[in-house]
Amino acid sequence: MQGEVVRKSIRSDGTSLFVRGFGYAFIGLFSLGCLIPFLLVLGTSFTKESEIVKHGFNLWPRIFSTFAYKIVFENPNLIIGSYVVTIGITVVGTLVGLFLVAMTGYALQRPDFEQRNKISFFIYFTTLFSGGLVPFYLLVKQYLGLGDNYLAVLLPGLMSPFLIIMMKSFTKSIPHAITESAKIDGAGDFTIFTRLILPMAAPALATIGLFIALGYWNEWYNAMLFLSADMKYRPLQLFLYGVVTSADFIKNSSASSNVPLRDVPLESMKMATAVVATGPVILFYPFIQRYFIQGITVGAVKG
Amino acid sequence: MMCVPAILFFAVFAYLPMPGLYLAFVKYNYTDGIFKSAFVGWDNFRFLVMTGDLWRLTFNTISYNLAFILLGNCLQIFVAILLNELRKKWFKKVSQTIMFLPFFISIVIVGLIAYNILSYDYGLLNGILKSLGADPVKTYSNPHVWPFIIVITYLWQTTGYGSIVYFAAIMGLDSEVVEASEIDGANALQRIRYIVLPWLKPTFIILLLFSLGGVLRGNFGLIYNLVGANNTVLYPTTDIIETYVFRSMFNNFNFSMGSAVSLYQSVFGFIVVITANWLVKKASPDNSLF
Repeated sequence: MQGEVVRKSIRSDGTSLFVRGFGYAFIGLFSLGCLIPFLLVLGTSFTKESEIVKHGFNLWPRIFSTFAYKIVFENPNLIIGSYVVTIGITVVGTLVGLFLVAMTGYALQRPDFEQRNKISFFIYFTTLFSGGLVPFYLLVKQYLGLGDNYLAVLLPGLMSPFLIIMMKSFTKSIPHAITESAKIDGAGDFTIFTRLILPMAAPALATIGLFIALGYWNEWYNAMLFLSADMKYRPLQLFLYGVVTSADFIKNSSASSNVPLRDVPLESMKMATAVVATGPVILFYPFIQRYFIQGITVGAVKG
Repeated sequence: MMCVPAILFFAVFAYLPMPGLYLAFVKYNYTDGIFKSAFVGWDNFRFLVMTGDLWRLTFNTISYNLAFILLGNCLQIFVAILLNELRKKWFKKVSQTIMFLPFFISIVIVGLIAYNILSYDYGLLNGILKSLGADPVKTYSNPHVWPFIIVITYLWQTTGYGSIVYFAAIMGLDSEVVEASEIDGANALQRIRYIVLPWLKPTFIILLLFSLGGVLRGNFGLIYNLVGANNTVLYPTTDIIETYVFRSMFNNFNFSMGSAVSLYQSVFGFIVVITANWLVKKASPDNSLF
């Protein structure tokens, strides 16, 4: 992180030492509390099903077994299909969304753009008042005809007022003189945006892009609303939701993997699917967390 | 020109559904469509008030959100201040990384984790209770424990993320002020009380205002994944506006009732934002939203 507020106490009195000790204890325990549930899922996924039935879920597998993973991967088409869908939606959605958010945010802070306040309000107002779920559902499903179409998952997540406002305050720090001098040199607004502004706003783009990408990766709600159960490949989180909530789903996947139903490790399979669906994000996470923190920090300082 | 895609986007996905709120005043009928179904005026609302549904939904939604907002921000500030007191850099980095982790996972996994801990037959909690010789608890059929579970889960998932905002704000504190206070002999508690907390006040107010706007917007994903879709026993304490609207659509196919609740939510929420903003503007004009 950045420089510390207090590099070194001038003297360490009793109260300060106590506060520090309490801090270590509290933060340490809270961190453990954040970590242990993940270990619990991981541990359970490697536990033999009969042990779960006998002793319940446990942090550490009493009897180690990879059977659940074997079944999950026995017929890998389903989960690979889900991966492809999720990755596709995430990549396309993030690139398109990021471009649109950046363009809008940049345009809305240009001082020479006269309508900027009106349009800002037009966008901001949607956070205050909305039509609600029912008309939204009818619109997407009936009037746009996007039921069972991945577009129904892709489109609604492209932009959000929050991200546009974030982009607006980011690009405000780029001096307007740059835009003006480029204009004098004969560049059009769009060229200025793609050639000058986008490269300069790279840190902002990284942060906002991560927000959009995380949203798509964890997308589950619109998928549940608009993609029906008989669709072949559902996004990862919805696939996982199916495994967690309905035994039918597991029956179907066990039928296609030739394992008799009574031998299907129901509980450990739920956990194994969760591990498979979450794994990549957790592995990437330490590398991208830095950008998140940077972005949030800049946002907080600007207020 | 550059705003055209955004204008189109919000026009379609946010403004186009708004006339659909007319649904709230009709008895919706699939074959006739929204605008040809029979007009019934305020009947849908009257029904909601009479069954007591509206009151329960409002109460639950607002209570959950107030708990989320107040406890959430307090815990975030608390964690941020403690983090700032720590000296060991590696410890700070590692603990921040771990506390941020729950924010990254989907709500479906959160629901699964809760099940892992709370399930009657296999849950970790009952495992521990049994090994201590105590009776197992039936969490999923006891409505009284759910407010606690839901709030704790929310805090678990958001504290790491939220504390970064406050931590960043503390970073912006002028280190000379802090050093001067230490020369004057202030200890950590006094420093926190008289310098750090007042410094965080504006950030707190802005975040509070932002979240107050959503006080009638429930956290659908959290409750739906924790409680499950059809656990009627838990409705008294876990049913919020969003879950009701969802249910009236997909379980009861009563589109009009869902719309009526949505309209109530939007209008009431709008009034709350305007009032909150007006209050803040009176108290400290610099911190209001518009």
